[in-house]
Amino acid sequence: MEPLVKHEGKVVCMNRVNVDTDQIIPKQFLKRIERDGFGEFLFYDWRYEPNGNPRPSFELNTERAQGASILLADANFGCGSSREHAVWALQDYGFRVVIAPSIADIFFNNCFKNGVLPIVIDQQVRNELAQSHERGEWERMTVNLADQVLETDHGQRIAFDVDSHKKYMLMNGLDDIGLTLQYQAEIEAYEAKRKAYQFVY
Amino acid sequence: MGKTLFQKIWDAHVVKQLEDGQALLYIDLHLVHEVTSPQAFAGLRFANRSVRQPTQTYATMDHNVPTVNPSDVRDAIAKKQIETLMENCRDFNVSLADLDSPHQGIVHVIGPELGLTLPGKTIVCGDSHTSTHGAFGALAFGIGTSEVEHVLATQCLWQTHPKTMRVQLNGSLKPGITAKDVILGLIAKYGVNFGTGHVIEYAGTLIPSLSMEQRMTICNMSIEFGARAGLIAPDETTIEYVKGRAHAPQGEAWEAAVAEWKELRSDADAQFDVDIVFDIDDLEPQVTWGTNPGQGGSVNGFVPNPADAKSDVERRAIAQALEYMGLEPGTRISDIPIQHVFIGSCTNARIEDLRLAAAVVKGRKVADGVHAMVVPGSKQVKQQAEAEGLDKIFKEAGFEWREPGCSMCLGMNPDIIPAGERSASTSNRNFEGRQGRGARTHLVSPAMAAAAAIAGHFVDVRTFEVEGVTA
Ligand code: SF4
Repeated sequence: MEPLVKHEGKVVCMNRVNVDTDQIIPKQFLKRIERDGFGEFLFYDWRYEPNGNPRPSFELNTERAQGASILLADANFGCGSSREHAVWALQDYGFRVVIAPSIADIFFNNCFKNGVLPIVIDQQVRNELAQSHERGEWERMTVNLADQVLETDHGQRIAFDVDSHKKYMLMNGLDDIGLTLQYQAEIEAYEAKRKAYQFVY
Repeated sequence: MGKTLFQKIWDAHVVKQLEDGQALLYIDLHLVHEVTSPQAFAGLRFANRSVRQPTQTYATMDHNVPTVNPSDVRDAIAKKQIETLMENCRDFNVSLADLDSPHQGIVHVIGPELGLTLPGKTIVCGDSHTSTHGAFGALAFGIGTSEVEHVLATQCLWQTHPKTMRVQLNGSLKPGITAKDVILGLIAKYGVNFGTGHVIEYAGTLIPSLSMEQRMTICNMSIEFGARAGLIAPDETTIEYVKGRAHAPQGEAWEAAVAEWKELRSDADAQFDVDIVFDIDDLEPQVTWGTNPGQGGSVNGFVPNPADAKSDVERRAIAQALEYMGLEPGTRISDIPIQHVFIGSCTNARIEDLRLAAAVVKGRKVADGVHAMVVPGSKQVKQQAEAEGLDKIFKEAGFEWREPGCSMCLGMNPDIIPAGERSASTSNRNFEGRQGRGARTHLVSPAMAAAAAIAGHFVDVRTFEVEGVTA
């Protein structure tokens, strides 16, 4: 997993509450055998017309949103189905940070497993940020996980909370496998003394 | 206090023991198939990881392979899964027995056949019937897709220490009785949850007389007994079977390995958490009548009456099973007609199983209205059977002779049974819908499946005059 210590990127604003994971990645794409490549199906039914053409009015389809890697969402983001595909889709599309006044539990945890940082900020603060962004006062943001602070390119600083274990895992790019790899030396030592029949040859 | 066989293998594989009880266990052999691996490989790609030990990883395709013409995969999703496995194995340098390989077959058939499965190893696969490999005195168990990814990346797995159970199988197999009847009889007597949380060691006076194929049938269905794994201490039979196989050690390494394997047994004073004795001298051929592998009994018995159940839970379980199975209480098992016979699966599709079935079928004809098929467990089994002329015996009797794969065991490929129809199957699961929506599965031994095909209903194979099977 790619570590996240500090991330600087373009922000896209999504003013919808209760965005559920069915919307983030519709069910027809869950049959896929891979975990990557979901980005093109992200928000599929909102993002595309039934004929497959991009829907110009959708947030991610605007000129200004191109290349965004930080999603400023609204309340109860990621609710509904537990599908991790939702995070895979956001991640594959290019998002590293999701900021919202509240984020559904399972989705929240799934984010950490996939190198995406979910940040919960105050609803009022979120609304003001969205409004100033809409007025064109700022475009980009720096998210500093180490110091637990985010800063817009017009100089607004906002502190945020994060669970210390999750922070540690994400800053070091550790998932379960990452944790096991901390015992790399023990694994190597084991392999060095392993019996011949334990190999396949 | 002495150590159990399980404990010896476990201890030899602990890489790191944590205080919270988690042990990081080293995995010697990781078997892979097309259905449970794609997201795991994708996970590796996603995190930019490689397979830690490609040479301790071996893949095959079995679950959704068509058995008429394997290269003609018409289901687009199945096809994609198969192609994905090929691509993953290529990209990650993992050996693959693909559809063109002479080694392709059901993952639990080819592991032993190729000498990949060896005594003393830890073996995992994203498949519950990995317990099969325990027949060699290996610690073998099934894992989920995230764990598949974990093993691919680290060659290790976090595990908590299971409990141990010894099942002493005492007695000898009488003519017409097979290892399948032993395991079905055991599960029917104790129930499908009895082994939960345990690693079982099968011991007792029966074991030394069993072939490796028979031992595999027993260990295979440990999972239907609820157990995490089942194993049998290696002996001369094991060593004889393994010797000279493609991936078995050779020369000095062989000698060293054999010396070690001879020590691989539970110490005389080893304690098990649970110790039971199952007497098989009076065992009769088994047929399941219900919708879990424990709902079964003698072919000479009757469909039970829910009213006779010992508990309310059991009463409802029986009633529900009989409704799905379309059976009336009190029906003679041998009066139940069948429309399908499936001889195959990782439980009973090895050469010895096919020989047994062929001996019953020889010179006879499949009953009218019965569709019978044999699906060998692997290309090697198929080839061997053809060399012995078994295919001709089956075909002359009216059986279809198919290409290897899981086939009708789970019906992921086109081999499914229509709703309401009934099969005598040598597989391991009679769950609702397992062989097709509404399909009714009765689990039996290969000899009993063959006899049912000829009779058109269940019949005690011991009433057949069969060379080498009945007296
Ligand atoms: S034969 Fe059946 S039980 Fe065995 S691996 Fe295949 S699907 Fe699973």
